[in-house]
Amino acid sequence: MAEPPCIEIRDLRLAYGPKEVLRGISLDVLPNEIFGVIGPAQSGKTSLLRCLNRTIDFVPTARVQGTIRVDGDEVRRTKDVFALRRKIGMVAPLPVGLPLSIYDNVAFAPRCAGLTRKADLEAMVEQCLRQAALWEEVKDRLDSLGTRLSGGQQQRLTIARALSHQPEILCLDEFSIAIDPVTTMRIEEVLKELRAHMTIILVTNLTQQARRLADRTLFLWNGEIVELDRTDVIFSEQPANRKTYEYVNGIFG
Amino acid sequence: MNSGAMPQEPAEGWAVRRARRGLWALAGERLLEGLIYLCGISAIVFVLGIFFFVFREAFPVLGKENFSLTQFLFSEQWYPTSATNKRYGVLAMIAGTLSVTALAMVLAVPFGLGAAIYISEFCGSRVKETLKIVIELLAAIPSVVWGFVGLTVMSRLIVQYTGAPVGVNILNGGIILALMSVPIIVSIGEDALKAVPDQYREAGIALGATRWQLVWRVLLPAAKTGLLAAVLLGVGRAVGETMAVLMATGHAVHIPHSLLDSVRTLTANIAAELGEAPEGSDHYRVLFLTGVLLFTLTFIVNLTADFIVRGIRKK
Repeated sequence: MAEPPCIEIRDLRLAYGPKEVLRGISLDVLPNEIFGVIGPAQSGKTSLLRCLNRTIDFVPTARVQGTIRVDGDEVRRTKDVFALRRKIGMVAPLPVGLPLSIYDNVAFAPRCAGLTRKADLEAMVEQCLRQAALWEEVKDRLDSLGTRLSGGQQQRLTIARALSHQPEILCLDEFSIAIDPVTTMRIEEVLKELRAHMTIILVTNLTQQARRLADRTLFLWNGEIVELDRTDVIFSEQPANRKTYEYVNGIFG
Repeated sequence: MNSGAMPQEPAEGWAVRRARRGLWALAGERLLEGLIYLCGISAIVFVLGIFFFVFREAFPVLGKENFSLTQFLFSEQWYPTSATNKRYGVLAMIAGTLSVTALAMVLAVPFGLGAAIYISEFCGSRVKETLKIVIELLAAIPSVVWGFVGLTVMSRLIVQYTGAPVGVNILNGGIILALMSVPIIVSIGEDALKAVPDQYREAGIALGATRWQLVWRVLLPAAKTGLLAAVLLGVGRAVGETMAVLMATGHAVHIPHSLLDSVRTLTANIAAELGEAPEGSDHYRVLFLTGVLLFTLTFIVNLTADFIVRGIRKK
């Protein structure tokens, strides 16, 4: 652990009104690892991600305590929340194609950040679409509406969009829910390549996906960390916690 | 699961008892269907009916030798009660309606849309509630009260600040109409923005957009059809408004050359003269023809908007 952690979370607590969703989470995410998060519904996986890029601010009843540091910068006190959000790429479970053209969807974040030269934008769009394994399918219709694409294509479009601001951290929240297994596999290959450039947080309901991709896996249950360890330990016959074994083998949950 | 080709028989003792709906339930459903159909159809029937009756009153004048349609549309001579030479030209009033409406929209659209954006995206919830109530109150003010404001307050201000000889003119009518259209544009525009799914906002925010970038690059494109509808309803109100413009524009039949000229609008003309025109006279019928013209104007506006909206959707 010579390298400083990319994300440092200490005693993070989150409540929506009276309902506690995260009950004291502490963990480190290391640079350039794929960090898997598994756990049943309502265990706080998505909320954890929303605390990271502070989109949690838009839930009026949410109360956050504890500290989160991204690159040593305290998230909850950061001066420039927009810069923070640009550091973090976010892919939602159901694709949200903005009602813009494919090109504008991908060019959205760079434009917001102030990139205006056409040649730069075009190169950026192409690169991101290629990385998301979508370029070949849409290169001839970049100006048609992004919302017209099929579900799987839209999801890859959102991945391209998340890559477009060249994030240091890419968060994927159950990205494969709406797409077929073949496309899922293609994106998984993409993720393996991307990890050379960024840290990836992979929230997934498919425990096998975490097993295939993640270096370390966190098992979250009811807002608490049950176990966090190397993926091969989590999926071994002897994880530290009995619950982990039962969950990953489909005995409960 | 079952790989065999044989369909499975229900197991012994598994009585199939599907609930059946009674005859009355079916009849009730038919009845409701019929009622809904009637409601839907009635809108069309009413529009056609209104058009028919207005047109029936206007039609006979079209054949008269002392009336010509080109004169009606392209002459500014409006002397319906002249003893020797009656002339029915409404060009000046078309110009009046268009100029007042145009000025009202120039003022009301930016203000209205700006306010809608502010209420929907920028202000806190308490300010929002207050503003919405105030705007609804504004929308509820009767048009004759607006006309009164135009005639007294606004007219005095205009004379004072522009040095115009009279204060009732295009500027006055345009401002009054703008004030009347803004509440409509705001409340419908706000609805349109509210209808944009929150996911879009969150996606935009997560991509690092500032609030203004979010509004400009995501919300406006997403809500454009609704916003256009808001603007159109505002235009509709401005074109159709009668009492306020009658009181605020000066009622002079005259093609305007500046904002400070008095004009008469098509609607105000009908309202002011219909009561004095003997029923069945040419004058009376020409006023109804003016109604048909207004009808056509609004129809064209709506149709254009429809095409624009469809054009936007296609892309």
